[in-house]
Amino acid sequence: MRLVNIRPSRGPRILIGAVPIAIAIVIYMVFSAARSEANPNDKVLPTFLAMAQAAWRLFTQVDPRTGEITALADTTASLWRLGIGVGIATLSTLIIGIALGVVPLVRAALGPIVTIIAVIPPIAVLPILFIALGLGEASKIALIAIGIAPYMIRDLAGHVAGLPSEQFLKAQTLGASTWQLTLRVALPQALPRLIDSLRLSMGPAWVFLISAEAIASDVGLGYRIFLVRRYLSMDIILPYVAWISLLAILTDWALLTISRKAFPWAHGDAR
Amino acid sequence: MSPDTAPILEFRDVWVEYGDKVVLERVNLAIRPGEFVSVVGPSGAGKSTFLRLILGQEGPSRGEVLLDGTPLAPECSPDRGVVFQRYSVFPHLTALGNVLFGLECAHAPLTARLFGTARARARGEAVAMLEAVGLGHSLDVYPAQMSGGMQQRLAVAQALVKHPRVLLLDEPFGALDPGIRLDMHDLVGKLWQEHRLTVVMVTHDINEAFKLGTRVLAFDKRRHDPHAPNRYGATAVYDVTLDRKTRAAGPPAELLAAADAAA
Repeated sequence: MRLVNIRPSRGPRILIGAVPIAIAIVIYMVFSAARSEANPNDKVLPTFLAMAQAAWRLFTQVDPRTGEITALADTTASLWRLGIGVGIATLSTLIIGIALGVVPLVRAALGPIVTIIAVIPPIAVLPILFIALGLGEASKIALIAIGIAPYMIRDLAGHVAGLPSEQFLKAQTLGASTWQLTLRVALPQALPRLIDSLRLSMGPAWVFLISAEAIASDVGLGYRIFLVRRYLSMDIILPYVAWISLLAILTDWALLTISRKAFPWAHGDAR
Repeated sequence: MSPDTAPILEFRDVWVEYGDKVVLERVNLAIRPGEFVSVVGPSGAGKSTFLRLILGQEGPSRGEVLLDGTPLAPECSPDRGVVFQRYSVFPHLTALGNVLFGLECAHAPLTARLFGTARARARGEAVAMLEAVGLGHSLDVYPAQMSGGMQQRLAVAQALVKHPRVLLLDEPFGALDPGIRLDMHDLVGKLWQEHRLTVVMVTHDINEAFKLGTRVLAFDKRRHDPHAPNRYGATAVYDVTLDRKTRAAGPPAELLAAADAAA
């Protein structure tokens, strides 16, 4: 049988998928055991035990200096920034993207400026944001929003403009005004696509968040890993990276679930 | 149909040009209420342009298209319903939602949604329309779950619930299997009689045109310049009102030959 025709069933597929992960973990354990054998105070490849201890400390014990549990305070601060930034980007995408897609006049007026803004590397704008908005929350939120919104707007506008013209004509023959066809034809078909592009934009959003926190902050997941880097505290950095990954996976899963539940017609589930 | 009834649609010396390209030239026609006009012709002979003019998707370069004696604005409106070959129904709405949409637009300018008794009344109307096209059992089905024939039935119900003055059909059965196509012929013929519709149907199928129509228009170019194929536009070169005898005789040989040459 040809290789391209061998399709593992569910059980074996999970098993095969777990093998590379297990190998990576074993390799790490071997090397970290060897290093800690040579030097019990090694910081570069901490053992899983050392990481668990550090994580336990950060996730359960109140820091006497701040009066808060460090990891929870970092998580709350980061998710708040991320949520507001992503929320602003999503809302502006919904409004501008649909307007660009539906109304040719808006496309003529705003299309060029959106294209120009989209090619600016957001990190290059960060100093401007720090100068204009200060070092507080506003500049971090703005970086996230400015970082992901132009891509999302262009994606959504393209999707809406690409809906079959028959649908817009048909809606008009059914008496729909511009507003009504925006609300009932363009908006519902834009929403699943908006969630798709949001899922793709969450990666960049995390990058912008961690960059902004690394440069100027006093709390946050990105702030913490860049802070403890000075002490080579890999036992804190690695659990934090795992924690951030877990948050990202959960967000992605939640978005996908919302889309499937709310828009079954867009996922072929209704078939 | 008495010939002195005022025309519902009138073309007065209509030209359509895109730059140097002449698509339609000197189209003069009057369509009377209750007519079922089949439009045939080779590809690129302006059948679709003719339909788009009536639909309001585009306006004539010269001349006028009148609906009930008033020049048409180059914009779609609810007095002309349409069924396209594809993408005629909204994929995100159920069958009922698709038919309700037209009623909701009329009665709820801001939200385009109806509630309470207004919704119940509109729902009754929509359900009756869906039953008339044989979709009474598929109210909550999404178009993706429907066969091509069911989708076209839905598209017809969606258009008719607005009681348009003219119903436009743009190759409505072109993508359907032959058996389903026959069912659709029966359905459209029945609805045309029951609702006393005026229909303009563009089709590739000459036999279909003669079977359903009360009048057949064939578009083609009268003149042809082999060095400048876009120099002259098409017009209605064949226009015959069918009676029992001409219908039984079927399409004339010249039209069939032209269709074979085009195919």
